[in-house]
Amino acid sequence: MAVAREAVPVESAEDIRQADLDREDLLQIYRNMLVTRGIEERGHILYRQGKIPGSFYTGRGNEGAAVGVATAMRADDVGAPIQRDMGVHITRGTEPWRIFAQYMGRADGLARGRDGNVHMADIRLGLIAMVSHLPAMMPVAVGAALSFKIRKQPRVALGWSGDGAMQRGDAHEAMNLAAVHQLPVVFIIDNNQYAYSTPGRLEYACEHLADRAAAYGFEGVVVDGCDVLTVYREAHAAIEKARAGGGPTLLELVTLRMEGHAVHDDAFYVPREMLEQWTRRDPIERYRRWLKEQGLLDEPADDEISVEVKKLLNDAMKRAEDSPLPDPSELLDGVYADPEELDTPHHR
Amino acid sequence: MAVKTYLQAISDGLRDEMRRDGRVFLIGEDVGVYGGAFKVTQGFQAEFGEDRVIDSPLSETAIVGACTGAALMGMRPVCEMQFSDFVSCAFDQLVTVAAKQHYRVGTPVPIVVRLPSGGGFSGGPFHSQNPEGFFAHCPGLKIAVPATPADAKGLMVQSIRDPNPVLFFEHKHLYRRIKGDVPDGEHAVEFGKARVHREGSDLSVITYGAMVYTAEEAADRAAENDGTSVEIIDLRTLTPWDKEAVLGSVAKTGKVLVLHEDTHTSGFGAEIAATIAQEAFENLDAPVVRITSPDSPVPFAPSLEKAFLPQVDDVAAAIEELSAY
Repeated sequence: MAVAREAVPVESAEDIRQADLDREDLLQIYRNMLVTRGIEERGHILYRQGKIPGSFYTGRGNEGAAVGVATAMRADDVGAPIQRDMGVHITRGTEPWRIFAQYMGRADGLARGRDGNVHMADIRLGLIAMVSHLPAMMPVAVGAALSFKIRKQPRVALGWSGDGAMQRGDAHEAMNLAAVHQLPVVFIIDNNQYAYSTPGRLEYACEHLADRAAAYGFEGVVVDGCDVLTVYREAHAAIEKARAGGGPTLLELVTLRMEGHAVHDDAFYVPREMLEQWTRRDPIERYRRWLKEQGLLDEPADDEISVEVKKLLNDAMKRAEDSPLPDPSELLDGVYADPEELDTPHHR
Repeated sequence: MAVKTYLQAISDGLRDEMRRDGRVFLIGEDVGVYGGAFKVTQGFQAEFGEDRVIDSPLSETAIVGACTGAALMGMRPVCEMQFSDFVSCAFDQLVTVAAKQHYRVGTPVPIVVRLPSGGGFSGGPFHSQNPEGFFAHCPGLKIAVPATPADAKGLMVQSIRDPNPVLFFEHKHLYRRIKGDVPDGEHAVEFGKARVHREGSDLSVITYGAMVYTAEEAADRAAENDGTSVEIIDLRTLTPWDKEAVLGSVAKTGKVLVLHEDTHTSGFGAEIAATIAQEAFENLDAPVVRITSPDSPVPFAPSLEKAFLPQVDDVAAAIEELSAY
């Protein structure tokens, strides 16, 4: 039995203007989605060229979900995104060259070669680095929200999980603690229907994961994750509700993972027709079409953006390749933090 | 200076830091209204309010995870696992998230996890353990194991100020039994500096926590019996541990007994014994002896638990044997 609200799609530019987005914001969303996909496509090439050690993960199909949520965050809000959420890092301002350096394990990667892939974050941009054990970052996001409540700061924390991760106990403990203390936190589920090879029907038996919110005493909303504007509108509403003291919300953003779990996985277990059906819902194509229908983007402007993004990414790749591998003499640096690291405005 | 119990000293350290630093807050099961299962935080909620002394749901994972998140936002959280045994439920948050965050992305995680530990009260398999060994194996975590009231306060203060995740093991058998002088006001004890609990020349006992007192009784007995002079080194912290102090004592006495209440195999004593074997072999006059609990869960029945925990008789017998070697 479904209990979560199903979000009504955004229709017109007028709808979205009410949510505080002007034309420049709407085009920035478009750019962020293109940069997100472009980074992962180029990462894939670097991987095949043998320049990325280990494995490589992409979030194709999740660009709208990630960028939509991140666009709704304010500058001093905080989030702990996961492995399909490159769009959050891009929207928050992470520089693409540092992401390529991260992929390649270089010294200028966000984890300085100590960790790879999307296991990265710049805390100065309000982002917290994920670990592999999803959804271990949900309780961490709740802790950030707890600190905002204690300090009476008008800030909101966002904690991400997925359709697989939602089956672990961390998700339950985090949502319950947040509800009991009415913390300013929004929980995001990237439901891309597959946890590695396991489909949703073998992960959970309720109709929607967002239905669970009711059991914790807050609202759950099911959103078309391929529709960046609806994602934005729902995230904006949930974030501002949390900021106003209204407590948590659980947003389930439904997409399809358009590639394998990682590059070694050809996702043979995803039915071909399903992939074709979801290809037609591609968040970037869909958004481009909408921008054009609304008269917000014409061919020359689209070409200009596309050239600009290509240049940004090509320059970024070049710069990243110039970054050195970390020096082995630094192997043990930073296992422990030094006291002076707490002597910063952030920690004071 | 005032005479305080070990428990009061922990409370004092916590309270002083909370008064000094508005970023310090407490979260745990029953730590607020009830004052904690052992009353370490009694009166804290009345003084600091519900926002800084938080009764959490029964959710060890969320408690530790929330501390990490708050620490990343600039707070100095202190949480309590009601019994150290329950930290197994938060293992992932400590070992996967908190311990590795600074190494990976350079963000310090200054949290303290309070862990009432140890046996001797028929607490059975789930209210008696000494789980420090699991965490001593995890780079990125620090571990404090105070034995005296003065150290209980000083190490608590230092743990809160440390920029890393600290596991603070407070032995339940010391809470009200052990009293001692505790400095008033500002008192912090540096990590990685062992304390000579008793000076001696014939034999060294390397230990920590409640076993310091077991060693002391055994040393008294040895002195009375045949004048054997036992040195007792109290490590105070396991990560980092004071290798210099241990090797210095070995150089002086040539005989070593490593003693802890945690179980035997891969216990922290194994690390000490291996280090002595590797770095002080030339100074040894006898094999390094380890006295620990045996490799079994902590049993419930008093007769079994007594047989499980290292007793003064066990330590005294080992001292006698070692000094005759």
